[in-house]
Amino acid sequence: MTGITPPSSAPGGLVKSVVELDRVVIRLAGDSGDGMQLTGNRFTSETASFGNDLSTLPNFPAEIRAPTGTLPGVSSFQLHFADHDIMTPGDAPDVLVVMNPAALKANISDLPGGGLLIADSDEFSPRNLAKVGYATNPLEDGSLEGWQLVSVPLTSMTTDALKDSGLGKKEAERSKNMFTLGLLSWMYHRPTEGTIRFLERQFRRKPEIAAANIAAFRAGYNYGETTEAFAVSYEIKPAPMAPGRYRNISGNQALALGLVAAGQRSGLPLFLGAYPITPASDILHELSKHKSFNVRTFQAEDEIAGIGAALGAAFGGALGVTTTSGPGVALKAETIGLAVMTELPLVIVDVQRGGPSTGLPTKTEQSDLLQALFGRNGEAPVPVIAPRSPGDCFDAALEATRIALTYRTPVILLSDGYLANGAEPWAVPNVDDLPDLRVEFASEPNGRAEDGEEGMFLPYLRDPETLARPWAVPGTAGLQHRIGGLEKADRTGNISYDPANHDFMTRTRQAKIDGIANSLPPTEVDDPEGDATVAVIGWGSTYGPIGAACRRVRRSGRSIAQIHLRHLNPMPNDLGEILRRYDRVVCPEMNLGQLSMLLRAKYLVDVESHTQVRGLPFRAAELAAVIQEVIDRAGTPETSVSAPANGELL
Amino acid sequence: MTATSPHVHDLGMPEGPSPIDAAIARSIEANGAKQTELKAKDFKTDQEVRWCPGCGDYVILNAVQSFLPSLGIAREDMVIVSGIGCSSRFPYYMNTYGMHSIHGRAPAIATGLATSRPDLSVWVVTGDGDALSIGGNHLIHALRRNVNLTILLFNNRIYGLTKGQYSPTSEIGKVTKSTPMGSLDHPFNPLSLALGADATFVGRAMDSDRKGLTDVLRQAAEHKGTSLVEIYQNCNIFNDGAFELLKDPATGTQWSIPLEHGKPLVFGPDGASCVVRDDFGGLRIGETNQVDAGEIVVHDAHRENPAYAFALSRLSSQDLRYTPMGVFRSIRKPTYDAMMAEQLDVASTEEPADLAALLNGNDNWVVGG
Repeated sequence: MTGITPPSSAPGGLVKSVVELDRVVIRLAGDSGDGMQLTGNRFTSETASFGNDLSTLPNFPAEIRAPTGTLPGVSSFQLHFADHDIMTPGDAPDVLVVMNPAALKANISDLPGGGLLIADSDEFSPRNLAKVGYATNPLEDGSLEGWQLVSVPLTSMTTDALKDSGLGKKEAERSKNMFTLGLLSWMYHRPTEGTIRFLERQFRRKPEIAAANIAAFRAGYNYGETTEAFAVSYEIKPAPMAPGRYRNISGNQALALGLVAAGQRSGLPLFLGAYPITPASDILHELSKHKSFNVRTFQAEDEIAGIGAALGAAFGGALGVTTTSGPGVALKAETIGLAVMTELPLVIVDVQRGGPSTGLPTKTEQSDLLQALFGRNGEAPVPVIAPRSPGDCFDAALEATRIALTYRTPVILLSDGYLANGAEPWAVPNVDDLPDLRVEFASEPNGRAEDGEEGMFLPYLRDPETLARPWAVPGTAGLQHRIGGLEKADRTGNISYDPANHDFMTRTRQAKIDGIANSLPPTEVDDPEGDATVAVIGWGSTYGPIGAACRRVRRSGRSIAQIHLRHLNPMPNDLGEILRRYDRVVCPEMNLGQLSMLLRAKYLVDVESHTQVRGLPFRAAELAAVIQEVIDRAGTPETSVSAPANGELL
Repeated sequence: MTATSPHVHDLGMPEGPSPIDAAIARSIEANGAKQTELKAKDFKTDQEVRWCPGCGDYVILNAVQSFLPSLGIAREDMVIVSGIGCSSRFPYYMNTYGMHSIHGRAPAIATGLATSRPDLSVWVVTGDGDALSIGGNHLIHALRRNVNLTILLFNNRIYGLTKGQYSPTSEIGKVTKSTPMGSLDHPFNPLSLALGADATFVGRAMDSDRKGLTDVLRQAAEHKGTSLVEIYQNCNIFNDGAFELLKDPATGTQWSIPLEHGKPLVFGPDGASCVVRDDFGGLRIGETNQVDAGEIVVHDAHRENPAYAFALSRLSSQDLRYTPMGVFRSIRKPTYDAMMAEQLDVASTEEPADLAALLNGNDNWVVGG
């Protein structure tokens, strides 16, 4: 046991009470340089290993170090953890920790009245207050009376604790985030061994820094134990979870591991061509660590070279992957079109962020859906899929690979900034249970020429079932062939300008992608009572907030059906029929109504769009209100006499 | 080169067992031994060649098809990747694997292929617009990385396929459809650009000079790393006679400087001209009978420092006078694909792949059943 052993009794015989809670939302906010993301991630790991269910929302500026102490420099991390399963990082914090006046100013309006506010009083200097326009110190002027304010001199207590460490004052101050983490770990009874191990690992080449951080962490913990400022600590019991092995995982991590697994399960070398871009770069970083899995990562000179190299590798028989965000997809469009024409497998990951143009690089949005479906010249159909939670990014990577390899097509996987950086406990799958993705390369001639000559290789002769063409890799004798962006003649793949052939090939490429729907399982509809007349449909990262909203709606006594799409193109075969069963269909999206437009166009269903583009996930309460309003407007099942005449609702 | 290699020449292939993947290797082995005893006609396809009659591209295609058998590469082990433009139709006429890709991107696509398949001989065929305008970025990055690629840059100093606009190598003042009053752009010297990117192999040849072209192409093919060969190619429709100064026997010997490693740079009728050092580390043209024999530069293509080759590339001006022809630079440096393969080897040795362990990660916990 390397964790902190609390003092057997606090000095002065202080007896502290323990309050049991079922859930807590904590938000840590500070300057970009204060290490709030690291602190949040560590608290998350402690919480995950304790066995709570959890969901996180990191929120940080695009600037690496905005001017210290200013509003643009505020970085925050919100964590929701509970003794039951939860779906979102929480609408509003119960506890807000602020490391400076800017963090207070930027976040206080989100803290409900009566919430616990912990502030580092050392940082509320006249200079820092002036930077954000506070005329007087809010910690002292009574303006925070509506909240439970605890002012703690976090910085000076940290430097005091480290006065014998040999570190200078500035350097010692940098450990104040670990002091804070120690205090919170005490408050919420978090296990501490993991953090100590982490610090030892992280700073193994700088043992004095490791020691200082661990000392600060312990000092914070012991401060909580002994101070009279905090009379209560809280216990949140582990959440019941299905048996198995769990770990904490972020969306980008899960996606990278999914790609490694896809390479292993397909037996193909994995080739990633990528150019650094927020919020996708962590996938490149993660994959770069796994070279022993036959993973080649190529940091290209630009987005176009990233996908070009991946496509070149795919021609050679590799599982080609490129990872990017919306602006990168725009640059890759022409090469995606080439992959459509050459019918080679390719996985394109778009971790969406706020747009257009450079937009909001570090904030989340779902506004690339139509770009993914249609953002190319010509009729260039591409399958599009989306994960619904951080852990689900793993499965989505395997599914994208399955489609790419089976149908010999580029596939776009739409993640987003919220999934990418958010984290949750993930049930680690058994390797043998992962899908078998092995492919057969073409190894011999497959046809005859028009003059009857046998032994021809026809690179565009299709599998009758999937319409996929053979994948013949260079090095295979007798199968030499040329592919490219010019229109291909059916079967031979030679250049063809024939009008009938172009019409046929265009329709065939479309039919191949449409046919993927035949491989999809029936759409799941979550309607526990089975009597809902209103359905809510979403895609991607809104799954959590919509799911949490549905729970609230059901608790209010109403019925609601939830449908969540993994496949955006092609959509499941049964979707139109399902949507037509409901009186009303609501579609919340973090864009201006892209999926609802598709659904209306495709199924002639009067989908009601509810949208938001604030760079942040939906709040469950807000969505619940929207859904309830639609249900109440639609009327109860008994009064909905205008239900379809086919009696589906009876 | 190992004794068992099927290749007659050293093509920069990695030695020892081929580092390709099991799935790919299985498929390749299924069709038996490699056929490397080939003739020029074996490299032809059934596709009708559709360049304009009289185009310099025909001559280059014939030269390539004729000399390839002597390299001993099996057809299936060769891949030609091209971009867009007249030259980029090249792969369709070669019975190898090929990809006619998109404008300017061939070096990027070829980089991915060559990096993941070091067992292949990967070639890029491109033009002055494709390689130096829309694809300029990919070209310089391929060169600096030293991926094992052979890049043939057909330079006709004009946009042919779009019917005659000036190109990034057109001379200043060129009157074309898009520049009725003459072009204002200063042209690139493709070889100076390549040498600025520290290219490890740089050469130049003339489409109509079968012997010289074959000689440079052979050295380029045998080079380990990225080789760039600029081929002066006549577009008889939109820029006819662009290289006449060098082709015409009456003027050609006067203005071409043949480069031969280890030989003094003496050229012109009766060897009247030569290349000597000037101040500031550059080179200049001298008159052979006016300088000491010791002052005449002896060509050294293997100099590590690219400054000498760069100075050579600067001897010629836009009007093609004093154009060195041959191999400017050929040095050995580790290739990108080989270094990446080595990193994969090191990683697998240090920590063999274990997917279950990777998925479990460092911090995990078990919930009992």
